[in-house]
Amino acid sequence: MWNWLKTLYHRLGSPKWFYQITSKWLPWFVGSSLLLLGLGLVLGLAYAPMDYQQGNSFRIMYVHVPAAFLAQSVYMMMAVAGIVLLVWKMKMADVVAQALAPIGAIMTFISLVTGAIWGMPTWGTWWMWDARLTSMLILFFLYLGVMALREALSPQETAAKACALLAIVGVINIPIIKYSVDWWYTLHQPASIKLTEKPAMPASMYLPLLFMVLGFYALLGWSVLLRARAEVLRREAKSGWVRELLKDK
Amino acid sequence: MYFDSLSDLINMGGHGLYVWSSYAITLVLLTSSILLPWLNLKRTRKQLSRQIAREAANSR
Repeated sequence: MWNWLKTLYHRLGSPKWFYQITSKWLPWFVGSSLLLLGLGLVLGLAYAPMDYQQGNSFRIMYVHVPAAFLAQSVYMMMAVAGIVLLVWKMKMADVVAQALAPIGAIMTFISLVTGAIWGMPTWGTWWMWDARLTSMLILFFLYLGVMALREALSPQETAAKACALLAIVGVINIPIIKYSVDWWYTLHQPASIKLTEKPAMPASMYLPLLFMVLGFYALLGWSVLLRARAEVLRREAKSGWVRELLKDK
Repeated sequence: MYFDSLSDLINMGGHGLYVWSSYAITLVLLTSSILLPWLNLKRTRKQLSRQIAREAANSR
């Protein structure tokens, strides 16, 4: 197991291997995201029973929760990639980190916007400066900061290190988001589903959410691979295998 | 289906506008987070292969 992981790690460090293997992975991400998101959307919109307290507005949960979940999860991935870059100097980690930032920002934006829309019928307001909402807004600005830093700095290695550092420091915001609903008085409801407990809702309600979360993850993989592949080609443009690959196209 | 009719599904007991706009915004953003990188990848491939062809022609 350990040796297998070590081999995988070394291979992932090779841009050529990354480009080749991801062309085999891509169709799986495409297929599973289309299937899961399609299933989740139809079930969530039309088949899940209505929430007795919130009425049909609770259906916003099926896009809001996966987006908010991934917003944080993508940030953690970006920070891990940052650590791999800074500690082991693996350049591919930076390619992945660079590909993660925009989709992370989009996920955070989706969660903020759908949260605001959900807030209107539920709380009677679009926005409140409370702990959960504010810490999510800070997460959005962290993503924008990482992306701006990448644009602003050169050479590439300096930008990569600075982005990694900002990503790692910004992780402090993640537990604040998670526990904000417990630590402070807030309008935001606590987590509806925990990984460790059986959900307190019927399967017809939580299965669509499960499909949507998995579908969002698959779409994340799809989007990140597309961005990372383009970036690998740009960075490796001078190397033999890219010239061979693009020679007669 | 949970709803009795198509108009019920669209109206959602008065919450239709909130629910449908949330889903629409999400779908547009998710689609763009696939479409834009995909177009960019295609453009990158084209640009690089043109560059490679040009360099090959120059060195001949």
